[in-house]
Amino acid sequence: MTDWLTPNEWRAVALSLRVSFWATLVSLPIGLLVAYALARWNFWGKQLLNGLVHLPLILPPVVTGYLLLITFGRKGTVGQYLDQWFGIVFAFRWTGAALAAAVMAFPLMVRAMRLAIEAVDPKLEQAAGTLGASRPWVFLTVTLPLILPGIIAGAILAFAKAMGEFGATITFVSNIPGQTQTLPSAIYAFLQVPGGEGSAARLVWIAIIIAMAALLLSEWVAKAVARRISGQ
Amino acid sequence: MTLQVSLKHRFAGFDLDVAFEAPSGVTALFGRSGSGKTTVINAVAGLLRPDQGHVTADGITLLDRSRGIDLPPYLRRVGYVFQDSRLFPHLTVRQNLLYGRWFAPKGPGVSFDRIVELLDIAPLLSRRPGTLSGGEKQRVAIGRAILCNPRLLALDEPLAALDEARKAEILPYLERLRDEVRLPILYVSHAMAEVARLANTVVLMEAGRVAAVGPTAEILSDPDAAPGLGLREAGALLTATVAAQDEDGLTRLDCAAGPLWLPKVAAPLGTSLRIRILAQDVMVAATRPEGTSALNILSATVRDIRHGMGPGTLVRLDAHGETILARITRRSAEALGLTPGKPVFAVLKAVSVAQESVGVKRA
Repeated sequence: MTDWLTPNEWRAVALSLRVSFWATLVSLPIGLLVAYALARWNFWGKQLLNGLVHLPLILPPVVTGYLLLITFGRKGTVGQYLDQWFGIVFAFRWTGAALAAAVMAFPLMVRAMRLAIEAVDPKLEQAAGTLGASRPWVFLTVTLPLILPGIIAGAILAFAKAMGEFGATITFVSNIPGQTQTLPSAIYAFLQVPGGEGSAARLVWIAIIIAMAALLLSEWVAKAVARRISGQ
Repeated sequence: MTLQVSLKHRFAGFDLDVAFEAPSGVTALFGRSGSGKTTVINAVAGLLRPDQGHVTADGITLLDRSRGIDLPPYLRRVGYVFQDSRLFPHLTVRQNLLYGRWFAPKGPGVSFDRIVELLDIAPLLSRRPGTLSGGEKQRVAIGRAILCNPRLLALDEPLAALDEARKAEILPYLERLRDEVRLPILYVSHAMAEVARLANTVVLMEAGRVAAVGPTAEILSDPDAAPGLGLREAGALLTATVAAQDEDGLTRLDCAAGPLWLPKVAAPLGTSLRIRILAQDVMVAATRPEGTSALNILSATVRDIRHGMGPGTLVRLDAHGETILARITRRSAEALGLTPGKPVFAVLKAVSVAQESVGVKRA
């Protein structure tokens, strides 16, 4: 199956899928918590958190990448302790690419989830409470099923964004084939060398297909779940 | 089993200060909008924390602010039926009904099948709330609240969002529930017709205070409570039995006050009914009227007379142990020389008693 892609191209595709998968999966619970906090809780610094979450959306990606580098790099403010205490290294590893993708995709994910949570009528949760459900059970049996379309939409959006992340990734973890060379980095690299256009074109097609598939899938899932949840 | 409630709460521009005891059966919290009825059941259910308060149900303290006891709603087990039913849209009717079962303590509750039968919702079980009519939704919401095996039921104007036809559809179910499910029921309403049909006890609320508490028949026919009930709503509640179905479409009912003929009441002979007779539908005559179209003429004695602020007067009559309230003008009362103890006749047109004020009451 790999004969229509060179090993280098294939490595980039596989790496991008892995990076995006983990970036999405790990940010899901954090995104849900942040979205819930922004939608439902009133606390000091709420606007600050909101701003921080949305920052990667408006900052130049190269700035986000640089900030990640000085924070999570091997000599970074947080990175050095992660390395010393837990042996976790982000710099120039695929995990770093996943971190960069997660940070860049985070605002999109939180936004979709927050809208879904805000659409849930708290009166339904109140009713569940009078029927004997404690707060965690109310969340699991009422809130969660009702915001599922938002979670799915947020996850797929984040996955697609992670697949396409370029600026922050290349700034933070560089462009090492097999390590940190994701699909967009590979396309960029192939375009820099003579005769690389063929490889670039194949990867471009794959990027388009994956993006379209993600979009259609998210639409379809959201519709199916929305139908179920509307009570029809 | 009784429910004891005493609450104090201060809102902006409104003080609530109530205390009452609700015996088993239906206790109606009756009053105008803004009199604090919903606040009271919200405090009972734990949806609102009053400044001061004490609530015990079945001897169990649900709230005692002086001792720092404030059970969260999910531990209070107050089956709450909201005005807007609040069914879970992502669950089927069956799953909605069984939702509370998950969390309810194991024990002898009412059986699922019994409730489904009582509320007539078997055909709806596999449907989703979005496809139900308003009346059907409310029946499911009532079933859901009962099936969580609650200590008591709290209904917040469960019929207010429905049109007259839907109300008439649900009232018989509520009556069956009252008579078959042995649960104390707190029923918030501002519709006297519902209260007259359902309630055993009435708590009359005015501007955050309890204006009167007592058995429904007593409160409804109490001239002192009439201003709070609304003069048009004042009236007596009689308990009667279906005695005969006449060929011309009238039904004869027997009550302590004597026989009453009403337009056809579709109930088997021997059925016990409660009938609401509005004070404004009753005429008072000093002698037995002759040659009148009115079918129902009951002999009675005047118990007391209460003049209103305007030209109206409320006369409370004692008809062989039953109380009848008549609203007449002060001029007529004086012309007839009504004084307590005077024998009179209460005259009631058969067609005055509306069908919706005839409720079934099982022993």
